Amino acid sequence: MTGVNSISWLIGGPQGSGVDSAANIFAKTCAKEGFHIFGKREFYSNIKGEHSYFTIRISDKPVNSHLEEINVLVSFDAETVFRHADKVSAGGMIIYDSSLAETVLEEVPTIDFEASNRIRKLLQDSGQSMNLNGMLEFAKSRGCMVYGLPYFEMLETIAQKMNDPKLSKISRVVNVMAISASISLLGIKKNMLINSIQEVFGSKPKLLASNIEAAEYAYSYIGTKYDTKNIKYKMTPKDALKDYLLLSGSQAAAIGKIVAGCRFQTYYPITPASDESEFLESNQIIDQVDGKSGSIVVVQTEDEIAAITMAIGASLTGVRTATATSGPGFSLMAEALGWAGMNEVPLVVTMYQRAGPSTGLPTRHEQSDLLFAINAGHGEFPKIVLASGDIEESFYDAIKAFNFAEIFQLPVIHLLDKAISSSIQTCKRFSNDLKIERGEFKNTIGRNQSEGAAGHFQRFKLDDSPISTRVPIGTENAIFWNTGDEHTEEGHISEDPENRNKMMDKRMKKLDLALEKINQDDMAICHDFDSDGKNVVVSWGSTKGAILEALEKLSEEGNKMKFVQIRLLHPFPTETVKKFLKDAKLVIDVEMNYTSQLGSLVQQNTGREIDYKIVKYNGRPMSTTELYIALKAILSGNNERRIVLDGGT
Amino acid sequence: MAELKLADYKTTVHNDWCPGCGDFGILNAIQMALSEMQIPRHKAVIFSGIGCSGKTPHFINVSGIHTLHGRVLPFAQGAKIANPDLEIIAVGGDGDGLGIGAGHFVGAGRKNVDIPYLIFNNAVYGLTKGQASPTLRLGEKTKSLVTPNTSNSVNPIALALVSGFTFIARSYSYDVKHLKDTIKRAITHKGLAFVDVLQPCPTYDDIHTREWYQGINKQETGKSMPRIYKIEETGYDGTIKDESEINEKMTKILEFSSEWGDRIPIGIFYQNELIPSYHERIAENNKEYFAKPPSHQEISDNENKPIAKIDKILDKLQIKD
Ligand SMILES: Cc1ncc(C[n+]2csc(CCOP(=O)(O)OP(=O)(O)O)c2C)c(N)n1
Ligand code: SF4
Ligand SMILES: [Mg+2]
Repeated sequence: MTGVNSISWLIGGPQGSGVDSAANIFAKTCAKEGFHIFGKREFYSNIKGEHSYFTIRISDKPVNSHLEEINVLVSFDAETVFRHADKVSAGGMIIYDSSLAETVLEEVPTIDFEASNRIRKLLQDSGQSMNLNGMLEFAKSRGCMVYGLPYFEMLETIAQKMNDPKLSKISRVVNVMAISASISLLGIKKNMLINSIQEVFGSKPKLLASNIEAAEYAYSYIGTKYDTKNIKYKMTPKDALKDYLLLSGSQAAAIGKIVAGCRFQTYYPITPASDESEFLESNQIIDQVDGKSGSIVVVQTEDEIAAITMAIGASLTGVRTATATSGPGFSLMAEALGWAGMNEVPLVVTMYQRAGPSTGLPTRHEQSDLLFAINAGHGEFPKIVLASGDIEESFYDAIKAFNFAEIFQLPVIHLLDKAISSSIQTCKRFSNDLKIERGEFKNTIGRNQSEGAAGHFQRFKLDDSPISTRVPIGTENAIFWNTGDEHTEEGHISEDPENRNKMMDKRMKKLDLALEKINQDDMAICHDFDSDGKNVVVSWGSTKGAILEALEKLSEEGNKMKFVQIRLLHPFPTETVKKFLKDAKLVIDVEMNYTSQLGSLVQQNTGREIDYKIVKYNGRPMSTTELYIALKAILSGNNERRIVLDGGT
Repeated sequence: MAELKLADYKTTVHNDWCPGCGDFGILNAIQMALSEMQIPRHKAVIFSGIGCSGKTPHFINVSGIHTLHGRVLPFAQGAKIANPDLEIIAVGGDGDGLGIGAGHFVGAGRKNVDIPYLIFNNAVYGLTKGQASPTLRLGEKTKSLVTPNTSNSVNPIALALVSGFTFIARSYSYDVKHLKDTIKRAITHKGLAFVDVLQPCPTYDDIHTREWYQGINKQETGKSMPRIYKIEETGYDGTIKDESEINEKMTKILEFSSEWGDRIPIGIFYQNELIPSYHERIAENNKEYFAKPPSHQEISDNENKPIAKIDKILDKLQIKD
């Protein structure tokens, strides 16, 4: 049989059982074989025991989204099979623990009531028994192949081979056995797997030995126990990916911060934002091109109010500064954001959205903080809100965020989300051939350059430009004040109405200046599949991957569409968006929230009505599959103006 | 450099505090301390919270950062961590630091960043017209209160101690010399220094008035009996020279902290420089921190290209065949 060039693979298991590390090894292995990777992590707000899973797509083309359908399901517990087996495609494969075949649905305590009801109904309707066997029979009836592995017996054999009778010690390798079996079935070379295991466990010789033993054994077990000739999903190796990285969005953003020159970051722990700060702290000593080294100070604060105010205090000393948080923390930061706006302090807030409101679905995905980010803080003050569409953009945008913050002297909110931060992807190695633009920042001030009284510095000088010279506190000849009160050019409190107008004008004009100065591609991109596509999808952030792929599929079928990805959300790039929507027949807004927040922005700013809204708010990222189906329904004359997607487990 | 005079530390900004407000004494004491220590004006930065007390930096002729209600400590700590060469002084009200900002008070104690922090303790929310502050005692009824205070008071000295402040003192706004000397000690202290400044608010606090502190209405023997006494004059020395002294001192400090009413102790209760400052803790993992703190770092070359080299990080993430 000829190979396929794209598959969707899933591994599941209890939280804390090594699902993530197994998925990472699998992803590395496939990437070494020349495949592009997109991996999506799903987990409960729990440390041990609840069901977590990792979906990985491997493809010979770059991929940036997941599919509803699974081709290979890898498990070592019953719950994973119960929860996911119905999504496995015809010809797809299921790897399971053969000793669990009799496990009854009701006996799996972590399957919640709602999910259990859904599975029971499915088994009932298809006339299957209420246990794992029933689920497997159901899958087989749909054309799936199932591969039972007696993990426990296999572990015993491995223990004997290693002369290490303590089974409990090596039981952690079950995850590697499971992925190794899948790699064997997919026809991927074993040495790539072994290399990946070496990369991951290289520094821990004991773990390395048992994992390699386990991988070897499971790999050959499949070959000896099963006839693998007629497998539909065989992967044909590709040329190696040259200069490609495999990384997560939070890593990409963190590396962007290092390149940008961010040397002070604060945070209060919160999912999914803390990963970034932890990565920065692990890389706190920074290599430099001049052979010297630099460093970033990462401070864990007592709360998010302290995180943002500490960051602002640091920024006043001239250092590029950021804080990273998620919705609940961002809510606490609103007041201080206004102080930064009022005092024209450059600051980057990296905001990793997750499903709200309140604690919401703390480990799940949503894009529901757009309007909040734009409107955060009382009163009116300028800020920039920028959203990245994928992992690679997260890196480059992190750098742009600092440039914007300094050029326009204001807070910049860099919107990311759970789908970006905890997904992994193969990306072209990042370039640091970029510019650091610090605007009107100066480190020294001449004796006579201070125009205020007695060596005072006019930090908020009123002249033709809304941007004044900025110096760090502590600069000689430059004494100045900051205050959250309305203030004079020197920064003293003033309630004078005329001064008030001038200062408001000065600050708010930065928004016009931003629209003048920011590159069009940083405002909005029209992914123009075909210039005569008349129907336009508008969206922002991490839906990009699913949209691009769904549109590509539609285009192959002769339904050409454009995709306007809005990257600068505030100030809103009205002219650019208007231009892109000028000839649109249908405008379809796609977002991961309930109220179509971008849709309202588009409508409010451009006057163009949104014809269709596709939304999703069940906490699971949008898949290409469901989006494709929704778009197709619209194109074929569906008269529902708002489609709610509900895919995901 | 020419010597800086006291007048050099004063601005011409109109001071709108009520006549007779205790804040004037504190302002004078800060200016005197800066001038006696000859701290270069550009090196000193006064951070403040919101309240009557929050206006202080505008009257001092060094840079001033008037922040948000309750947030002065994190603002000030951020600046000091990013640039330890600055001489940062944090000031704020009792509502600011012990009410809305109490979480930061405790958080700052745990970090021990090298800054002095003065609380203008007037038992009321001055700027919002005299509501009860966290230091007003249960059952007390100051002028603006409709009913006697229904919340209990916090004990700032004890709170500072258990939070980890490494310098804890109290002074009185009308004893400017004592206050000035205490502020100087707080500035030179290595670590986080707390000064609880008893500050009468003649407008809203009709209980803890200047006369009350002086004991003028307490004339059993015919002359006034000051409530305030100096602990140094009792032979007490709050400096920790060896860790073995800590437990005993702590007990003593808690005793001092609960004295109130007829006898109110002022002075330096505690100074412990054996505990590493936050800066020293950073420097354990980041050897060049003091030479190159965040604010001193270069981030781009003369063509504005980033100076950071990320090859090692990327190599780890790169797909190897
Ligand atoms: C977040 C917030 N809440 C409330 C206020 C209103 N406010 C201004 S000053 C103040 C209290 C000030 O009392 P204190 O901190 O004791 O300072 P004092 O005026 O007594 O010096 C309050 C509540 C505010 N500015 N910000
Ligand atoms: S209200 Fe009280 S604290 Fe405020 S300025 Fe007047 S006297 Fe001073
Ligand atoms: Mg007060």
